[in-house]
Amino acid sequence: MTDLPTDLTRATAADLAHALASSTISSAEVTQAHLDRIAAVDGQVHSYLHVDGEGALAQARAIDERRHAGESLGALAGVPIAVKDVMATKGLPTTCGSRILEGWIPPYDATVVTKLRQAGLPILGKTNMDEFAMGSSTEHSAYGPSHNPWDLDRIPGGSGGGSSSVLASFQAPLATGTDTGGSIRQPAAVTATVGTKPTYGGVSRYGLVALASSLDQAGPCGRTVLDTALLHAVMGGHDPMDSTSIDAPVPPVVEAARSADVRGMRIGVVKELGGEGYQPGVRARFDEAVALLEELGAEVVEVSCPNFEYALATYYLILPSEASSNLAKFDAMRYGMRVLPEGVDAPSAEQVMAATRDAGFGPEVKRRIILGTYALSSGYYDAYYGSAQKVRALIAQDFSKAYDKVDVLVSPTAPTTAFRLGDKLEDPMAMYLNDIATIPANLAGVPGMSIPSGLADEDGLPAGIQILAPATKDERLYSVGAALEAALVDRWGGPILDRAPELGGVAAVKGA
Amino acid sequence: MATVATDAVLDYDEAMEKFDPVMGLEVHVELHTATKMFCGCPTEFGAEPNSQVCPVCLGLPGALPVVNEKAVESAIRIGLALNCEIAEWCRFARKNYFYPDMPKNFQTSQYDEPIAFQGHLDVELEDGSTYRVEIERAHMEEDTGKSLHIGGATGRIHGADHSLVDYNRAGIPLIEIVTKPMVGAGERAPEVAKAYVSALRELLRALDVSDVKMEQGSMRCDANVSLRPRVGDPLSEEQLAVPLGTRTETKNVNSLRSVERAVRYEISRHAAILASGGSILQETRHWHEDTGITTSGRVKSDAEDYRYFPEPDLVPVAPTRATVDALRGTLPEPPGLRRRRLQSDWGYSDLEMRDVVNAGAVELIEQTVAAGSSAAAARKWWLGEPSRRANAEGQDIVTYAAGLGLTPAHIAELDGLVAAGRLNDSMARQVLDGVLAGEGTPTAVADARGLELVRDDGALEAAVDKVIEANPDVAAKIRDGKVQAAGALIGQVMKEMKGQADAGKARELILAKLQ
Repeated sequence: MTDLPTDLTRATAADLAHALASSTISSAEVTQAHLDRIAAVDGQVHSYLHVDGEGALAQARAIDERRHAGESLGALAGVPIAVKDVMATKGLPTTCGSRILEGWIPPYDATVVTKLRQAGLPILGKTNMDEFAMGSSTEHSAYGPSHNPWDLDRIPGGSGGGSSSVLASFQAPLATGTDTGGSIRQPAAVTATVGTKPTYGGVSRYGLVALASSLDQAGPCGRTVLDTALLHAVMGGHDPMDSTSIDAPVPPVVEAARSADVRGMRIGVVKELGGEGYQPGVRARFDEAVALLEELGAEVVEVSCPNFEYALATYYLILPSEASSNLAKFDAMRYGMRVLPEGVDAPSAEQVMAATRDAGFGPEVKRRIILGTYALSSGYYDAYYGSAQKVRALIAQDFSKAYDKVDVLVSPTAPTTAFRLGDKLEDPMAMYLNDIATIPANLAGVPGMSIPSGLADEDGLPAGIQILAPATKDERLYSVGAALEAALVDRWGGPILDRAPELGGVAAVKGA
Repeated sequence: MATVATDAVLDYDEAMEKFDPVMGLEVHVELHTATKMFCGCPTEFGAEPNSQVCPVCLGLPGALPVVNEKAVESAIRIGLALNCEIAEWCRFARKNYFYPDMPKNFQTSQYDEPIAFQGHLDVELEDGSTYRVEIERAHMEEDTGKSLHIGGATGRIHGADHSLVDYNRAGIPLIEIVTKPMVGAGERAPEVAKAYVSALRELLRALDVSDVKMEQGSMRCDANVSLRPRVGDPLSEEQLAVPLGTRTETKNVNSLRSVERAVRYEISRHAAILASGGSILQETRHWHEDTGITTSGRVKSDAEDYRYFPEPDLVPVAPTRATVDALRGTLPEPPGLRRRRLQSDWGYSDLEMRDVVNAGAVELIEQTVAAGSSAAAARKWWLGEPSRRANAEGQDIVTYAAGLGLTPAHIAELDGLVAAGRLNDSMARQVLDGVLAGEGTPTAVADARGLELVRDDGALEAAVDKVIEANPDVAAKIRDGKVQAAGALIGQVMKEMKGQADAGKARELILAKLQ
């Protein structure tokens, strides 16, 4: 264990946990340090939609008391965390970045949140996101975008840009995310942080406001591979409240992260992910990372997944179809926003529903609801939703054929480094292309991780490498990720995130 | 006050000369599982509004469904009892449409992969013949909440100034049983419809999967009716070859009698339109129990699009063959067979048996006979006063008797008292009144009320002599061989004895003295 830095917000979750376990520091101190940091910098970054200082400190003190009383506590007990606003938190606002849920206080906790509470992680607050997780930049949040701590004019990725920017600006040592097409991995890539999308069913979806049920997967976000593994172990596991939850123990992710061993592993470079459309600096860092893995004793081969070409089109039929149905419940009848139509004397329920949905949903949400409604319509179902399901099966087949030959697959996480806020807002296709490398894993249900691969030469901004493993073999991500992370720290002379610029005091927010 | 224009109807017999009716019945059955289809909320009827709800059945953001295994078992048992094939693998689907009483704005149902399909139910008609109803499918789904429209005259949404929604019913397991087009019934179509729903209710009751209370909505029937030109005998090849006409769907026909009436009404209404050269609008119709007519609901075009797709929040239902076989082993004796067996055991006529079945007293009589009563007495007592009173209360006999604490053992005991000669028929009626009034067991009531046949022949003989003496003209008739005149004297003897005599014995004495 390394000594704790004087600024506790700079410590890893693993080091904080160690210090907490030996009572060198208290959870209240750690939590207060992060609340102070939030107060100092979140005005610039806008990572949080809601900060619960009082609640977090109360949980921290309770943990300190239990530890003082000699109770045996979980590995991360006392380490504070930020929770993505897509997760239902009892007593804390949960908006999903949407106006339509403004003011809604859930009467129950998502299973993941219950697990965090049981494991003793004080919840600092709820992090910003694209509305209902639809986007790659947080620009579709109804409450304004988050900013990339590397350059406040740039996007922190999305939809989980709140969580990624929280980590990159040291406003929390850990955060939760959800990944439907890359919403954990792409934000990690563009902020030089780490994020894992576990195997579909590896983490309960109960209490996650659904975007696309067959694609959504919650996962851990951290600044190091080990921190991410520690959180993965807390979040994962079977949940009888989620029918699609895997009834098996969490894979041995922490052990894998600690062993960090890739010797003898066969690693496949996906031919279809990394060519045209990928920024040169992103490709250069990726190639170096692959070379490092070879130096570490892995065998690297090229693998072809021919159907990945159709992944984006497939995804943009399945996701809107499921989303159009999942979002139907937001109708002003039982919770959330209610808007009465203008100029109507005694509006009907239908008119109130329409007026509320018109006022409450942003343009990207409406775009996808319309797409999905169309794709599911009778007469179009077979051509769109039906065909998409067939291609989805072919993509899963590509993965299983590839895993016959290799243990893990690798690719760049995102084709580019962080783009400027506003750059792609008017061009949905350009925005969608950001997820081209991450989407196949969601379609097939296999686990994936992004770790920093370095900084692109042309803009000095972070790039990410994505590691993909077969379903339920999540531990392989951590073996490869931890080994590569250690080699990269050696090469760059320290964590890549250490090269991020200091945030300047309480300067005004730029660009927003 | 809105007035509803009454549609023209054609005389039923005339309608039958011109047209051949085809029906399709959709029956929704609420299962009486302890918990809802996809969550752990209780399913009790009549609870305080919105007291049996949770994040799942309220459709709160993030909540997810989990299938009630018990409901799946019930669905499979219903499928097996309807002679259906059971799917080896099937999925739930989402039926998408917006309605305030549907929390998620989609109903989790089954679409093209029902749990049970291709079955049949043989239905006995009044004349003893059998009609085979072909079953298309039986599938699982969840019920919606209940809207209550306040402020309007009719309780309907039109004219109401606000609505209240009770979500207690939302998520209660439903099985929807859909028939294939029922053809060849001819003029007996309304009777067949009623007989089918009745037979289905009996079957579901025997399976013990539902309360099947039509008045509480735990069994609901939608009746589709269409007419096609009559070209021959209902079952003739040429008649069956005529294409089906446009149908209407009459919703929520919620009593057996209404099923028959609604089908009959729709036949007459369609016939009037078709006979005058009009065409039928494919639409939903509302049944009005009070006036016995249907009125137009919403127009149901083929364009109505529920955007069904497989429910991604649930895993497929894949019952193993071993599970299905084990469930097959739990099926009760089919009600038809059972009825015939009991009728033969009990020596009832067809008419008597039908009355017993219609009264819902089969089980009570079975238990009463098991407790030692004769079958004839069991029928007589159960279908007498208790049945009359249950009817008057609008309850079924089983519920009524249970509420009063009247048991099969009581009836058997009453029959025993008559058989042993302690009570005559009229005394037994008084005893039963006492039991119904909560005065205790038959023996206790008889004791308390001092009801016991007088066995002292001297007293009876004295009464007989007294009556003969007072009625010399009647006595003369009997002496002349008009034995039936003895009835008048018996009545007077019983009066003399204050009812506490054996009428048979009195008759014997009278005849002996006058012949």
